[in-house]
Amino acid sequence: MAARIQIPPRAKRGEIVEIRVLIQHSMETGYRHDDVGRVIKRNVINLFSCRYNGVEVFRADLSSGISANPYLQFYTVAEASGDLEFSWIDDEGQQDSERQSIVVNG
Amino acid sequence: MKRGPARRVLATALAAIGLAASMGLAQERSIPLGELKSGSVFLGEDLRALQNDQFANPGTLWVERGEKLWREVSGKNARSCASCHQDASMRGVAASYPRIDKASGKLLNLESRINQCRTERMGAEPLRYESEELLALTAYVARQSRGVPIAVSIEGAARAHFDAGRASYHKRRGQMNMSCAHCHEANWGKRLLSETISQGHPNAYPAYRMEWQTMGSLERRLRACLSGIRAEMLPYGSPDYLDLELFLAWRAQGLPIETPGVRR
Repeated sequence: MAARIQIPPRAKRGEIVEIRVLIQHSMETGYRHDDVGRVIKRNVINLFSCRYNGVEVFRADLSSGISANPYLQFYTVAEASGDLEFSWIDDEGQQDSERQSIVVNG
Repeated sequence: MKRGPARRVLATALAAIGLAASMGLAQERSIPLGELKSGSVFLGEDLRALQNDQFANPGTLWVERGEKLWREVSGKNARSCASCHQDASMRGVAASYPRIDKASGKLLNLESRINQCRTERMGAEPLRYESEELLALTAYVARQSRGVPIAVSIEGAARAHFDAGRASYHKRRGQMNMSCAHCHEANWGKRLLSETISQGHPNAYPAYRMEWQTMGSLERRLRACLSGIRAEMLPYGSPDYLDLELFLAWRAQGLPIETPGVRR
């Protein structure tokens, strides 16, 4: 599961920072049928979470209504330098994660 | 307005010049340069913004994958694309395709050019049409021409392909008995149910289509049009598509490449 994640590399303490995430995933809805009429099993990223220095700051429960290759955008307050860890898992149990650092001044 | 003899002479002279110019330029444009509109003009504000967003444009996922594949060694000769095209930028390359391959004299689009490189120079298997890998590589190469106006050659060996493509474009087909021109030439800008008909230009492909929820090639888009008018869909890589692709590129000359485009 390829993903693109964008956070500002540095921020001032107390600043609201924008976090953008784009994950490559087919987000199979479970409502489609294949060429011979069998239901294609639902397989969506059902959980996405973001931890900032170990503390969860954002969580999303996704389901069938979300488009393929979901794009998420959210905000958090820059409190201390450290890592933002992003993790997600789909219905088939495939999981992935990514880590990015932020430097907080002031 | 009254037309005096002098005016008539002038008109005849202008017509003669126009004829000479069109013979010299081989062919007049079907849509004048000033009226050429990319498909993005017919999109909603949100999709246009998504296409222009360098981060959120979902096509960038394929471009990034293509960049990795570009450096990936494959085949008997243990080469990658980057082994030959070391630091060479591919900027402008996509804008000149489809073009005649000098060695074989065949007309190639970007996809078949990539596969020709793979089989003849890398000793690797060709990538399947519409496979994620081929879409990624094509998107990566075409992305480097973003902003470069399309400029294809229809001279020499390309001429016969161009003529065939133009004939194909104007040929009525399918249960609806329609040609490409019926929508994209005669009725662009008007509504077809909830959608605005575009001029049908190829400058954003491979593109991410909302309907597909994924990336797709120009040929996939052509197949979608054929299916829409209930005509026979030709197999991927068919020479008939190539001729049509050349005609479409010529028809869109001057429009900048937008790959990876976002479309409805």
